[in-house]
Amino acid sequence: MKELMTGNEAIARGAYENGVTVGVGYPGTPSTEILENFSRYPGIKAQWAPNEKVALEVGLGASLAGARVLVTMKHVGVNVAADPLMTAAYTGVNGGLVLVSADDPGMHSSQNEQDNRFYARFARIPMFEPSDSQEALDMVGLALQVSEDFDLPVMLRTTTRVAHSQSLVEVKERKEIPLKPYRKDAPKWLMVPAYGRLRRQSLEERLQRLKAYTETTPVNFITWGDRRVGVITSGVSYQYVREAMPGVSILKLGMTHPLPEGLIRQFAAGVEKLVVVEELDPYLEDFVRGLGLEVTGKKIFPAWNEFTPGLIRSRAVAAGLPVPAPDKEEGAASPPRELPPVPGRPPVLCPGCPHRGVFYVLHKLKLLVTGDIGCYTLGGLPPLEGMDTCVCMGASIGMAHGCELADSTLSRRTVAVIGDSTFFHSGITGLLNMVYNGGQGTVIILDNRTTAMTGHQEHPGTGKTLMGEPAPAVDLEALVRALGVSRVRVVDPLKVAELTQAIQEEVACGAPSVIIARRPCALLHREKRPPVMVDREACTGCRSCLKLGCPAISVQDKKAAVEAITCNGCGLCVQVCRFGALKEGGENND
Amino acid sequence: MTEEAARLPVDILMVGVGGQGIILASRILAHAARAAGYDIKVSEIHGMAQRGGSVVTQVRLGEKVYSPLIPEGEADVILAFEQLEALRWVNYVKNTGTIIVNSQVIYPVPVLAGMSRYPENIPAHLSRRARTIMVDALQKALECGNSRAANVVLLGSLARRMSIPLSYWMNALEACVPARYLEVNRAAFQSGYTL
Repeated sequence: MKELMTGNEAIARGAYENGVTVGVGYPGTPSTEILENFSRYPGIKAQWAPNEKVALEVGLGASLAGARVLVTMKHVGVNVAADPLMTAAYTGVNGGLVLVSADDPGMHSSQNEQDNRFYARFARIPMFEPSDSQEALDMVGLALQVSEDFDLPVMLRTTTRVAHSQSLVEVKERKEIPLKPYRKDAPKWLMVPAYGRLRRQSLEERLQRLKAYTETTPVNFITWGDRRVGVITSGVSYQYVREAMPGVSILKLGMTHPLPEGLIRQFAAGVEKLVVVEELDPYLEDFVRGLGLEVTGKKIFPAWNEFTPGLIRSRAVAAGLPVPAPDKEEGAASPPRELPPVPGRPPVLCPGCPHRGVFYVLHKLKLLVTGDIGCYTLGGLPPLEGMDTCVCMGASIGMAHGCELADSTLSRRTVAVIGDSTFFHSGITGLLNMVYNGGQGTVIILDNRTTAMTGHQEHPGTGKTLMGEPAPAVDLEALVRALGVSRVRVVDPLKVAELTQAIQEEVACGAPSVIIARRPCALLHREKRPPVMVDREACTGCRSCLKLGCPAISVQDKKAAVEAITCNGCGLCVQVCRFGALKEGGENND
Repeated sequence: MTEEAARLPVDILMVGVGGQGIILASRILAHAARAAGYDIKVSEIHGMAQRGGSVVTQVRLGEKVYSPLIPEGEADVILAFEQLEALRWVNYVKNTGTIIVNSQVIYPVPVLAGMSRYPENIPAHLSRRARTIMVDALQKALECGNSRAANVVLLGSLARRMSIPLSYWMNALEACVPARYLEVNRAAFQSGYTL
């Protein structure tokens, strides 16, 4: 019986079936569910690491000790893990190691859209690109085998539409793979220059063997059709081409590093016009052109955002490619109609979210706020607008210190804001740097006791592991003090006056300081509080409460209105109203 | 209807607001379609969209389905859990298709904050595009005993317009809904199915 699985579920299944015993990663959309699903299988160990670099290092160690290993992260996570990755190509592996890079074309939930296929070429490691869940499952097995046969870590590169789309897969039993014995082998694992040079040469030899393999691997194949057009494609674009350009000849590349030169030449010789259809950068196209072949790709199809079958069909038709009509019974799409303006529905901080108080105050105090990655990045959007920057995990603290270096008066007008999980990921070193170099900055750690954005994953501060085991919870105050910060205070982010005072004092104090704004995520700890009541007599219709951007508050007939079902009773608006028109719900409402 | 006719391609766009139960509805639909022998692809977007944002799930059924995404203007059905979301996605349905809309209105924060206006008379705009069926799913769900079953009311009214036999839907409900909510959801489904 086939099962309906997302690409992420299929990758977890593929790892389980093929004897993987160790799974490590850091949460990041669209990769998170791989490890969550893997953690539910018997006979394995799955762990969240504090960041992707550590995850890959743990994975490499497990491989050294002979286990088959799965390491998962989103595309920008590979930037963090790039340091061990580049040298892991030299050392190679013992047990097979698969690194999943989940890319996000179109930036559904990311700060950039980078094409991580270049990482495989950069590190000189093999790469596979599945186009649906069945391929995702199968390619995990293939990648593990290639990893062991060629002594290299292997990248499995997915995109959002593969990771988060469900399709049918055939599931099989688990193969038990015994641990491979570890033998001390310094020239392989000890990358000092003398041994590194040997492994550098060995890497080239391994790559040469792979170039022969990629010509014959079953995941690179030609489907001959109409020979007027030959399409070279990979990943989910393959599925779009099958639908949008039915009947054309296709070279489908499941292994996209190294690329099969001979197969590409053979395909090119068999078609009149060669076209590459690939999302993001012209990774395949540049290689094909480098072979001296005439090819088009990015002249027809965009180099950014994600594709859709509709986009591929319309661009192909506009470029004059002979594209047969789709085989759907009714033919072409209905043209769009003119619509009235449709207001956006941007994601917002939840009712009762503890972050809301912090951004409300930061906006009011008109500070320069360097921000970071998480739910709380939403605090930078109107009407809160309490954050100036968002670049990458951990950047808030380094950037705040940089502001102070450039203009010393800024230290009294700047704060860095970072979540608890992000602080453990890569904020600690930024704070260490600030203290060491005499910075006087203020860092607000938004401690909501979870990794909320990606769906409430555990982290070193929560006291629990991915597999649900109890764990020592790091003492955040003690950690910060140990870095050399003597001014550390904990405040409740839903208490506006206290929070305002704390921020004003710490920003002005002329010493490095940390404010821990501590309150659990409103989705994680649903507190039973009665909804806020409106005193319509007292309400002047000043709209101050709307500045909170709370989904429960609106102004109707020039008076504030609170929707009782949505309201979490957090009381933030009660503190914001200067006229006493918003009141805590009565106890008898409980 | 013959088995063969039953597997003509069907593209369904399910749209609404985070927290309205679209994922569960799509899971039940996929389960029933699987039992009926369809190939299936379902595409969802996680992440930022979950924080009260606009949510869209694409469900494609057929003998063999390639792309998980439905081309604009080619959906057979839009199943909208909220009026504004129906309007946002309306150009995805083909002229000969069907729009099933929950009459519920949920103001997005820019509207609540007075920064933009919620469009007037959305059903009229929808019916200019394709056949439109309004469903008071929230009311129907309340009558069945739980407002949270509005998603399954809507699913019932979709099921009525598909060629998947009723028994498959019933099995799918049983497989996807926790036992303690099953009775309410059965009633909600029936209430949508008989609309």
